[in-house]
Amino acid sequence: MSEPVIKCQSVYKIFGANAERMLKEANGNVDAKTFQDNGCIVGVNNASFEVSKGEMLVVMGLSGSGKSTLLRCISRLTDATGGKIFIEGQDLLNLNNKELIDLRRNKMGMVFQSFALLPHKTVLENIAFPLQIKGIKTEDSINKAMDMVKLVGLDGRENYFPRELSGGQQQRVGIARSLAVEPDIWFLDEPFSALDPLIRKEMQDEFLRLQEKLQKTIMFITHDFDEALKLADRIAIMKDGIIEQLDTPANIVLKPATEYVRKFTEEVPREKVLLIQDVMDEKTSSDIGDLKVSKDEIIENVAEKILTQEKTVAVTDSKNNVVGSINPAKIINTVFGGRKNNN
Amino acid sequence: MEILKKYPKLFQWLFLLVVFFALCFAIDVPETYKFIRGQAEFIKDPNQSAFVFLGKEVRYYAFDVFWRLPPLLGWLPIWINDSLFFLMNDWMPMEFWNEDTQEYKTRPLVLQITRNLTAFMTFLIELIREILLGGLETIVAFTSWDWIDANPWAELPGLPWTIVAAGSAILAYKLGGKGLAIYALLSMTYISIFGQWKPSMQTLSFILVAAPLSFIFGLGLGVAAFKSKRVEKALYPILLVMQTMPQYAVLVPALVLFGVGDHAAVIITMIVAVPPMILLTLLGLRAVPPEVIEAGRMSGCNNWQLMSKVLIPTARRDILIGVNQVIMVCFSMAVISAFIGAKGLGFNLLLALNQLNIGLALEAGLCISLIAILLDKMSLAWANKQVDYFGNLNFFQRNKNSLFFGVVVIAGILLAYFGSIYFKDGYNYLFEVPHNKGISTAGFWNKGVDWIFDTFFVYIKAFNTWLIVDVLQPMRALYLRMPAIATLVLVVGAGYLIGGIRSALVVCGLTLFIALSPWWDRALVTTYMATFGVLVSCAIGFTVGTLCFQNKHSTNFMLNVCDIFQTFPSFVYLIPVMMLFGITDTSVLIAVIVYATIPATRYTIEGLRSVPAGLHDAATMSGVTKFQRLFKIEFPLAFPHMMLGLNQTIVFALFMVIIGAFIGTEDLGQYILKALSDKKGAGIGLTLGICVAFIGLIFDNLIRTWVGKRKKHLGID
Repeated sequence: MSEPVIKCQSVYKIFGANAERMLKEANGNVDAKTFQDNGCIVGVNNASFEVSKGEMLVVMGLSGSGKSTLLRCISRLTDATGGKIFIEGQDLLNLNNKELIDLRRNKMGMVFQSFALLPHKTVLENIAFPLQIKGIKTEDSINKAMDMVKLVGLDGRENYFPRELSGGQQQRVGIARSLAVEPDIWFLDEPFSALDPLIRKEMQDEFLRLQEKLQKTIMFITHDFDEALKLADRIAIMKDGIIEQLDTPANIVLKPATEYVRKFTEEVPREKVLLIQDVMDEKTSSDIGDLKVSKDEIIENVAEKILTQEKTVAVTDSKNNVVGSINPAKIINTVFGGRKNNN
Repeated sequence: MEILKKYPKLFQWLFLLVVFFALCFAIDVPETYKFIRGQAEFIKDPNQSAFVFLGKEVRYYAFDVFWRLPPLLGWLPIWINDSLFFLMNDWMPMEFWNEDTQEYKTRPLVLQITRNLTAFMTFLIELIREILLGGLETIVAFTSWDWIDANPWAELPGLPWTIVAAGSAILAYKLGGKGLAIYALLSMTYISIFGQWKPSMQTLSFILVAAPLSFIFGLGLGVAAFKSKRVEKALYPILLVMQTMPQYAVLVPALVLFGVGDHAAVIITMIVAVPPMILLTLLGLRAVPPEVIEAGRMSGCNNWQLMSKVLIPTARRDILIGVNQVIMVCFSMAVISAFIGAKGLGFNLLLALNQLNIGLALEAGLCISLIAILLDKMSLAWANKQVDYFGNLNFFQRNKNSLFFGVVVIAGILLAYFGSIYFKDGYNYLFEVPHNKGISTAGFWNKGVDWIFDTFFVYIKAFNTWLIVDVLQPMRALYLRMPAIATLVLVVGAGYLIGGIRSALVVCGLTLFIALSPWWDRALVTTYMATFGVLVSCAIGFTVGTLCFQNKHSTNFMLNVCDIFQTFPSFVYLIPVMMLFGITDTSVLIAVIVYATIPATRYTIEGLRSVPAGLHDAATMSGVTKFQRLFKIEFPLAFPHMMLGLNQTIVFALFMVIIGAFIGTEDLGQYILKALSDKKGAGIGLTLGICVAFIGLIFDNLIRTWVGKRKKHLGID
């Protein structure tokens, strides 16, 4: 496996006057309560993980869980108090100001919850802003920005000001701006949280379409568990600065590591999250019917087909080899059974 | 007793008052005490005591310390004065090259710096003045008088008034649309036709130099304070004191440093105008959402790009409101600095008031107000204007205003040329209507004043006498009757009850400074006048504000009236009151009341307005009557904001009381005015100014602390 694009080793972020000294004294054993008593607030507590190229890591947590702080440590909008962060092998915390600006100008893009557009610039100028900051010629940057306008579907509105756009449109501008420099790493900080539910769904779909096309390495912050399940390759669930569990959506739903994670998963419609391969039997049984389903299908999409079968259904991989089987009872069990408090 | 148990605070306040009055009655007025009318430091009286500190001898009349504290800080003004003189005349003498005499000359460093500074200011003012009015000083500055004699054609011609008037109308149109353009054209034409062109342009040139310089410095310092906590902390006390420091008082030290004239006035104006600019810059930059800053950082901005391309443009509106404030301060200073010889409308106004020529004063005052309102509205329109996209317009559309102005310039020059043929002898009215050669209404106004005096003299006099004898004199006597210790106990006690030990210490320090200065009695008189003004103003302001709030149209109307009144430079208020009441304390107090009613009214309306609409609906649904709603919901919630209005009212009243010294009062202002004409006045003027500022700050601290607590209690912001 190639080098991870983002690599965090025991990252701590502690706010307060003598945070560094306290962290040293704690000796890797940070307790939020004792820190609070001493006037420090723990934002991120011992976060270690890797994100590989083209992967989308969604960090999920409620407000105050430290997810945004973690993102700001990795984009170095704030300096981490302890630990190491590597971006493509470069030690982020040891970069000087110039190198950091270079990194941001070429490798990073970020989208913000409140859009954070510049009110005095038009859509086009906003999108061209990072390019012009980089020192690219006006004409080239405008051309590039125009491509971005088309990419996010805002053609015809490039000369509008942010104040004249709806929330969804403003966030499209924010997305276009973050993509203008063609970054490898894409940070999104609750990009859709400020939008109406309908627009939010539309933007999520749009986002998935873009990602399919662009294949960026992504860190996506959200407080919406459904959103996390829908978008993520892997999900990190945070609470009080600690990453409670970091796993694929299916594993989180099926095997919640802590009580806290389990509470989130309870209400999740499993058929929308789990793939056939997550629930199938590895061994093939004898009375297999004619129907074959792919192991990468989401249960919801094939449930009806399977449930109308009398017999067990064969499961195939992408090369159409049979790799397992699933019977209708298993589907019913997955959808309705196996939940606590669900009398 | 039940009530006392229910409101423990009430008991504490009552106790404080009891102690205060007990002290007042327990301490008798010493037999030797009298209100000293002359300046104590010049009286040599065997009854005086004296002490020597830092080599300065301070003489004073000693009383029981409970009655009046000895002026232990009496050396301070003398010391400031001597230090200033030392700095100016003896400190760090150095060799400087002198252009005129072509040789090195020894001069103290500070003197050289201030002289260079003033020379630079003078050059700037002359440059703009000569663009507007014509002249040859600027060209002389680059060449020499000999060169001018050899080339008699070399002179800046000055712009014909038609061009300036049309130009301002075009600018007004661009910023604020048709209405503002018409107003600009009319007021400029008025100024020209009524023969006030020259002084108006002198004032304008003064402002065109002072305002941009103040803007640059204010923005720079504001940015520095935003970036560095240390700078902010260093600036904070200065900003605080400057907010309540009467503008008058700054004149005196500046006089010593920079001499007399327009240049000194510009520098003083900057000292007064920069603090509000700093505050608004800071406010604006702080209000930029953190995510916008982060977006800028993530776009790869370095610090400079972040400031110039992200922060300042995003804070544009607040910064431009700062520009508006700067312009307003410049106007009020343009008048006040006439005291140190700044030319223009202010000087004419002062002269006319001195001669009691109310008509002339009114004309000058009207012109100042017209220009002030124009610039106020223009800068506000600029602040509220949204940026427009113009990339898709062609050259003519984009530059139509500039092109139109070009046409106007040519037309104006042609008109002036025809004028010079038509008005063969005497004055070319299409070029410049000379001072006092226009239409004048002064005679009319003077007759009007005479008529008012003849007709209403009896009533005015009766009112005047009643007010002075039955209200003001007793009130003044009461204030002077307070022993210093009682006042101190009252103020510190109030501080403790409102804001705890911290507040108590702050107000104690402020009060002690005044009590230990040689001017405690004068400060009491200032406070009494301000108190009277504030009481009446608040009564009027709160009532008018509440009444106007009942109706949407009257609310807007009243806010507009407040806007316009606030635009008038403070000095202008003295004209009508002198017209009606002559030179008495009544005049000063009425000016104070009129001036201080503005913030009282405005804050009342704004406070009532800030009550959330949801609460209105909730109240209506519980079936309250209009009165119940007003007293049970709106007043309690609006009260903190109204108290901030009280704070402003106090500051405004103090300012006006000090300016009232021009009419003749016996308070701190009178001494400031005296210090202006005193060679050794710098230290005295500054210390007096600080005393006035501290009176304001005592109230400011108490009110703000209370409002802060109350707002927290009510859960507002």
